[in-house]
Amino acid sequence: MEALYAHIDGHFESHLDRVRRFVRQPSISADGTGIPEMAELLATEIVRLGGQGFVGGLVSLSLAREAAPVFTAVTVAGRIGAGFAAEIGTMAVTEQLDALRVLATDPVRYLVVPRLLAGLVMLPVLTVFANAAGFVGGLLIAASGGVSPPVYLASVRRFLDAYDLVSGLGKAAAFGVIIALIGAYRGLVAAGGAEGVGRATTGAVVTAIVLILVCNYFLDLVLF
Amino acid sequence: MGRKLAGAMAEQRTGPAAGEAILQVRGLTKRLGAVEALRDVTFTVHEGESFVIMGPSGAGKSVLLKHLVGLLRPDAGEIVLWGLPVHDADEATWDRLRTRIGVVFQSAALFDSLTVGENVAFPLRRHRRLPEAEVRRIVAAKLRLVDLEGVEDRFPAELSGGMRKRVGIARALALDPELILYDEPTGGLDPLTARAVDALIARLRAQLAVTSVIVTHDLETAFGVGGRRALLWEGRLVAVGPPQAVAADPRPEVQSFLGSRPQVTRPAAVGPR
Repeated sequence: MEALYAHIDGHFESHLDRVRRFVRQPSISADGTGIPEMAELLATEIVRLGGQGFVGGLVSLSLAREAAPVFTAVTVAGRIGAGFAAEIGTMAVTEQLDALRVLATDPVRYLVVPRLLAGLVMLPVLTVFANAAGFVGGLLIAASGGVSPPVYLASVRRFLDAYDLVSGLGKAAAFGVIIALIGAYRGLVAAGGAEGVGRATTGAVVTAIVLILVCNYFLDLVLF
Repeated sequence: MGRKLAGAMAEQRTGPAAGEAILQVRGLTKRLGAVEALRDVTFTVHEGESFVIMGPSGAGKSVLLKHLVGLLRPDAGEIVLWGLPVHDADEATWDRLRTRIGVVFQSAALFDSLTVGENVAFPLRRHRRLPEAEVRRIVAAKLRLVDLEGVEDRFPAELSGGMRKRVGIARALALDPELILYDEPTGGLDPLTARAVDALIARLRAQLAVTSVIVTHDLETAFGVGGRRALLWEGRLVAVGPPQAVAADPRPEVQSFLGSRPQVTRPAAVGPR
């Protein structure tokens, strides 16, 4: 026990330095700043702690269940959800929605339903790409950090099963519906010219992201 | 030929006497927030006539027009279209009626993600099962009717305001409607283009013998397209009748609105200052 305390006290500064290295490393997922450096740092640390056998599983599991669907959804909400709100909102403030209705066409059926289906189908598809990119990226970074590809792959096989991937894609489908519905709804009710369209667009992104995160929490409770 | 003759006769008609009543509005009242946008509005439009609803901005003209195509529902009062009471009709009933009504929007309201040709073809593709060649033939014919040719592949953003308005009219005509509603057809246009649009409306009415309701704040339009007219003032219809009768109406609202018509005498009044 004495020896343990002595070890902790003796190496306190060097441990603190390791924590400082982590805190110093900038890492911004939105624009990619420092992401590879951070990953490499983490990989090295895991290897140092004897976790080679966990790297693949940890990366692929967190990707499949959380990172891939959530980050894909947040990105798509910012791009596509905002686009839906802006396009439909512009139609609302320039009488184009009224024009649809007087041409005996239901704006919801004509504008919202196709976007809803697109969100439902395409967000899982994008999430598959995110999983693949994350998997390959993880493999490369791990290899550079001292975890050989066979060890990485074995770890993936040990920890990841089909259920994780499928439930992740299911979450993505739910997020796709949220993004399309919120974007379209904010657009449909937009009023007040260009400013109104701007408000609708911002509102759509903020509401969608908050709903995605809240929904993610409850889906996790149910799924895992 | 029969339609042409009816059109020519309609041109002559100024009173509400002849022709079957296509549109009857009785006691229409609508409150929007704190504002009473329409108060007890009553009028009748007969087959083949052109009926002009004029009034200053904010008088409730657009609100009134939206009621006539079911975009707004009245708080009180009746709207009867072709003998069918529609003030509380459902969307399905309205959709059937809307294919018989053409609406020309103030901003033209062209779908800006579609080309001009696709805009005019939109109602045809939605509501008529026609071979593609026939659709294209009708689109070209409707565009010719509004003096436009070879613009099918351009996008609305590439057109001038007057051209957009014409495309909007062509789209409203696509299903050969029995009733056309114009919302501020000359709004936002320069005077020259505005008069050309007035002439187009008058010509279409004579040519197609289609019943027209024109809502405008532009007195030149109000007096340029012919037919009976009504003055909407703060949500109430204060004068309805043939042009001369409305012009002679002594009520201050009527005189102040008609007096706003730009005249050559105007500069003299400003001159001394």
